[in-house]
Amino acid sequence: MKISYYPGCTLKLKAKNLELAGLASLKALGIDVEEMDRWNCCGAVYSLTDDDLIHHVGPVRNLVRAKERGADKLVTLCSMCYNTLARANQLMKTDVVKRDTINRFMDDEIDYAGEVEVIHYLTLLEEHVGWDKIKAKVKAPLTDLKVAPYYGCTLQRPQDVGIEPMGSFRLMTRLLEAIGATVVPFNSSDKCCGSYQVLNAPAGDNDAAANVLKAANQAGIEALATSCPLCEYNLGKQQEQFLAKSKITAHVPTFYFTQLLAMALGVSPEVCHFELNDIRSLQLLEAKNIQAAA
Amino acid sequence: MCETTTKQPEIKVATGDRAILPEGAKTIPIFVMGKQYQVPETLTIMKAMEFAGFKFLRGAGCRGGICGACPTVYRMAGDYKLHFGLACQTVVQANMYLAQIPFFPANRASYNIEEMNAAAEGIQALYPEIFRCVACNLCTKACPMEVKVMDYIAALKQGNIEKAARLSFDCIQCGLCASRCMGEIPQYHVAQLARRIFAKFIQPRFEHLVSRVKEIESGKYDQMLDELTKMDHETLKKIYVEREREPDLSTLGAWKPKETQYL
Repeated sequence: MKISYYPGCTLKLKAKNLELAGLASLKALGIDVEEMDRWNCCGAVYSLTDDDLIHHVGPVRNLVRAKERGADKLVTLCSMCYNTLARANQLMKTDVVKRDTINRFMDDEIDYAGEVEVIHYLTLLEEHVGWDKIKAKVKAPLTDLKVAPYYGCTLQRPQDVGIEPMGSFRLMTRLLEAIGATVVPFNSSDKCCGSYQVLNAPAGDNDAAANVLKAANQAGIEALATSCPLCEYNLGKQQEQFLAKSKITAHVPTFYFTQLLAMALGVSPEVCHFELNDIRSLQLLEAKNIQAAA
Repeated sequence: MCETTTKQPEIKVATGDRAILPEGAKTIPIFVMGKQYQVPETLTIMKAMEFAGFKFLRGAGCRGGICGACPTVYRMAGDYKLHFGLACQTVVQANMYLAQIPFFPANRASYNIEEMNAAAEGIQALYPEIFRCVACNLCTKACPMEVKVMDYIAALKQGNIEKAARLSFDCIQCGLCASRCMGEIPQYHVAQLARRIFAKFIQPRFEHLVSRVKEIESGKYDQMLDELTKMDHETLKKIYVEREREPDLSTLGAWKPKETQYL
């Protein structure tokens, strides 16, 4: 079976910490994935306008490239890339009329009908590695780190492409347990972070994000784990302002789940690029004495 | 761009920019801006248009396929497909409908290269419209130089300036990509900036070039050049004919001149 890896534009710039920690972890786990040699933007947001087919061309072109290279599966890390690619794939599988229109428009490419399976990195971990194997490979368990999975919107919605059913956070929970963390029950794992709508709002005004962090404060959660660069931005980058406005009572460092996995597997902190997160994220890990056994 | 002359010259002479129709040459119909002209087959579009009486004031440059001044769009009768080519390189075909697009307006950002750096964010800030790309690939289909235009725009969104610079290396700035872009991206200007940034901030400096420039500035060659400029014609000819020359097909690095004082 050939698994192609689709990185996504953000992971090459602002969310290097998500990608590099994820790739280093796969290496440590002995899983071989190949980055696609030719790819373009995933489309970022799946167009919901019924007759707006041009915005599906971007994601479909990536799927075509994966098919061309003989990939059975296409794995992604970013929640938004996953959502857009998986939904475009679903469209090409199920809607014959739109599929034909898109294939005819893309007359410079081979035809595509949903042959490649789009999976998220978490699914790859469960199906191709297994939680027990991950547990066995842990060198620096995240003992005493009280953490909750934060899925945001795009990992589970809509149901037919979600990595697991709405309301279930099993995949990331199992991962966090496997790496030794204490997973705290959390009622806001699938609440919206504010998405793009708040990017022009003054810092500290995003109550969607503040409410998620406040719920984490109340549940005694020390850190959140996410797979979405936009969620990480909204939740992680304005905590000073939220504190100043008394919207939250304490910092809640936000991590990409790959950074926690990498640290537990003994990957060097430099690879995880914690400087791209809030400064408190690395401090928290240091305070918990989570270090690679080396 | 171009204009038709109303009157054909009475005596045709071969001047280098005007094709002379040989006796019995086969002509074919082409349609320039909707009007039919009979032109000799085997001519390029540019020569055929000149044969038909068009005169290029602008929209023609090197006539060698590299300056990017003569992009042409054409369709074949009965076919919906658009084709693109350089008028100086593309041979006419019967029932070709064509128009010149010598220039296409495209936003060019101003910047001071000295204030830029190797980060892709600088390019993205100057040309935020690259994020309007929907990967339709019409730019690539329009490129007469077969540059993967969409791929270099994708590379810049991913922050990969080197990839964009290398992919766009053959660009001749004709602007056909921009003419087809639904995102209104001025691809060819973006690519030029990427190549400048790559050359200035990313590609390793060529140290031998720096030392050679230093030598020139130190005046090492001034005397020789002075002598040459003051030399009489006959002497100049003589030393040119007698100059040392690397033999054809000699092994790389095997040949050394006897006169080495200027090396």
